[in-house]
Amino acid sequence: MSEPVKPNPTSKYLRTERLPSIWCPGCGIGTTVNCFTRALDGSGFDLDKVAIVSGIGCTGRVAGYLNLDSFHTTHGRAIPFATGLQMANPDLKVVVYSGDGDLSAIGGNHLIHAARRNVDMLVVCVNNFTYGMTGGQVTPTTFQTAVASTTPYGAYEETFNLPRLVDSCGGVYVARWTSYHVKQLAKSMGEALNKKGFRFIEILSPCPTLYLRRNKLGEGLDEMKFYKEKSVIKNGASTTETDLDYRKEIVVGTFVNRERPTNVEAMEARMSEVLGAKYVPYESPGKKPAWA
Amino acid sequence: MSATSPAAKKDKKFRGVVVINRETCKGCAFCVEFCPLGALELESDYNAKGYHPPFLAKPELCNGCDMCGHFCPDFSIYGYREKLEQVAA
Amino acid sequence: MSNANPSGTLTGSHYLDGDHACSEGAIAAGCRFASGYPITPSTEVVERLSARFPRVGGRFIQLEDELGASIALLGAVWGGAKACTVTSGPGFSLMMEHIGYAAITETPCVYINVQRAGPSTGLPTQPAQGDMMQARFGSHGDYRLIALCPNSPQECFDLTVEAFNLAEEFRVPVLVMLDEVVGHMTEKVVIPPAEQIKVSERRYTKKKPGEGFKLFEAANGSMVPEMVKAGDGYRIHVTGLTHDDRGYPAMNVPTHEKMQLRLQDKIVENADRIVRWEEKDLDGADVVVVSFGITSRVAERAIKAAREQGVKVGSFRLITAWPFPEKQIAELSKKVKAFVVPELNLGQMALEVERVVAGRTKVVPVPHVGGTVHNPETILNKILESVR
Repeated sequence: MSEPVKPNPTSKYLRTERLPSIWCPGCGIGTTVNCFTRALDGSGFDLDKVAIVSGIGCTGRVAGYLNLDSFHTTHGRAIPFATGLQMANPDLKVVVYSGDGDLSAIGGNHLIHAARRNVDMLVVCVNNFTYGMTGGQVTPTTFQTAVASTTPYGAYEETFNLPRLVDSCGGVYVARWTSYHVKQLAKSMGEALNKKGFRFIEILSPCPTLYLRRNKLGEGLDEMKFYKEKSVIKNGASTTETDLDYRKEIVVGTFVNRERPTNVEAMEARMSEVLGAKYVPYESPGKKPAWA
Repeated sequence: MSATSPAAKKDKKFRGVVVINRETCKGCAFCVEFCPLGALELESDYNAKGYHPPFLAKPELCNGCDMCGHFCPDFSIYGYREKLEQVAA
Repeated sequence: MSNANPSGTLTGSHYLDGDHACSEGAIAAGCRFASGYPITPSTEVVERLSARFPRVGGRFIQLEDELGASIALLGAVWGGAKACTVTSGPGFSLMMEHIGYAAITETPCVYINVQRAGPSTGLPTQPAQGDMMQARFGSHGDYRLIALCPNSPQECFDLTVEAFNLAEEFRVPVLVMLDEVVGHMTEKVVIPPAEQIKVSERRYTKKKPGEGFKLFEAANGSMVPEMVKAGDGYRIHVTGLTHDDRGYPAMNVPTHEKMQLRLQDKIVENADRIVRWEEKDLDGADVVVVSFGITSRVAERAIKAAREQGVKVGSFRLITAWPFPEKQIAELSKKVKAFVVPELNLGQMALEVERVVAGRTKVVPVPHVGGTVHNPETILNKILESVR
């Protein structure tokens, strides 16, 4: 036993004074955040210029633990907040980090439109198939027959295939991983951070307290083993082939990586074309700090 | 606290170090399960929150790859490689 | 206070409707970001902004709904812009959650509401003043904000500038509460030279990152904390949860009490600096007509007629509905025989007058369901009845 020579590499990215987190033992959200810190570490970004925006829910608490400018907004509205933040201060790298319920149910309208307009942001969606914070209700990703507190006889609605949804709306980078794929996830987050436009990473992740327990699927660790066993990496796969089914094969990988003008680029091009010299481009307040 | 592996093989230029924060660990065992070399186990003891934190059960196996560090949802464990020359100096 | 930016300010004499005058007020105040969603009768504000912004260095985005529109501006504010959004009726209802979010996060911002008759879709193209209580209490929980009520296109310009200034000064959402008539009425609007328009800049802290700045700490003898923006190295945390001075969530009663009381007190205890009204013929008045927005202009005719019939009647026009000028109304209530309160709703600000008057004298509401304005005669009759 001796004092470590190296500090924990995640520490400089976290508000360590706020740890331990509120997340349950065996929850995978922390693992995804861990991967995110690795991606930041490899990005070489000025961390002062990275802002994180969350909605509400268990994953919504991510903003509060990252040592970045962080915004814990309202339920479902992280994306429009981030849209305003990014458009008003284009010197920021804006990341939205939230859950499946927050982003695809209450916030679904914003998700599809931000992808359509290609707003310059990375959206990380931790999909644990349930509303954890409120006690395990059904979400748009809860598989048919899985039990949730509001589907006590098993879920019966069709689910969203989130990568396919975002792909069809025009997202420029679309990937799916699980919290088991730590190395791939960190690499994918790094790639996505370095890209422009609407980028979306779905991460399947265990909710041991509600989703797993209620469906008698074991602990968080069992779900991680399940991900290991059932995942098939298919980079470049068509998102039409990435549907998920209850307890079946999980297709993971980076499915979409393309280029398209962002909403701001398109706006600037249009205004320049139509207004010519009369166009006065927006001056970012991010060019110099307010105290300077 | 940290635990280190001995320089098991003669040709090894480094040794693995694992650092564990027992008190913030929630005992999920992700690190134990996914350590590629099987070097970690859970303590039979509890930490103050009632969880079993991991320990480096087989130090000779650890190569400091930090997979444990990547998996940890509570930022309570990490590994690194220590150059043996550094240790001597 | 500094002066408006001359590059955006449309100095001159114009013939504008109230909605467009709000747009010009926003630009003169330094607003360079707006989010919106179409809804009658307020859409003209963002229509004009979407045309004007590219020529003055501003950015507009039309969101997919009012939920998005009402928070995109808050993101823009934390990015360092001055920002507003605009809505009416059902859109105002949808925006309520984010007005509460703006209040608890102390985000300086402006929401413009051009009121139409409700509830629900109601009379989309016709006037009302039925959102006055919603403006004060519409979001859940206790909070305070500022609401201004212009009664002419000129005042739409002036009070929109004022709204941005008050937002910055008190780190609070400010509502500009038009009604459809004021929004769509076209009159002469004089926009002064930029150097004559006083503009409050954001109150940024002078502390650099690492010098102990706290985002929600009352500082420098003011109850209003100073601001920063994202990207400057402070690593701020902003949350809608109850939070401490650093902005960190803290789920306990003492923190909640401290935060809630400061959110209240920064407005209540500064009411003298915020409250604005216009009074006429109050000396020796037996009756005071309390009105706002378009109704104040209808009431003018009733007041004139009543005075011609020998009734000593004066006028007290609310410019700030919230905070309510309670000191002034309470003082008047000791002198006059009656307050007459015409408004385009079934009795909202009349309740506030009654609360403040506290039975000292008579309060006569003159309710109207909206859809059109009062017949001045209705107001006149109530004035006459009140002194009978």
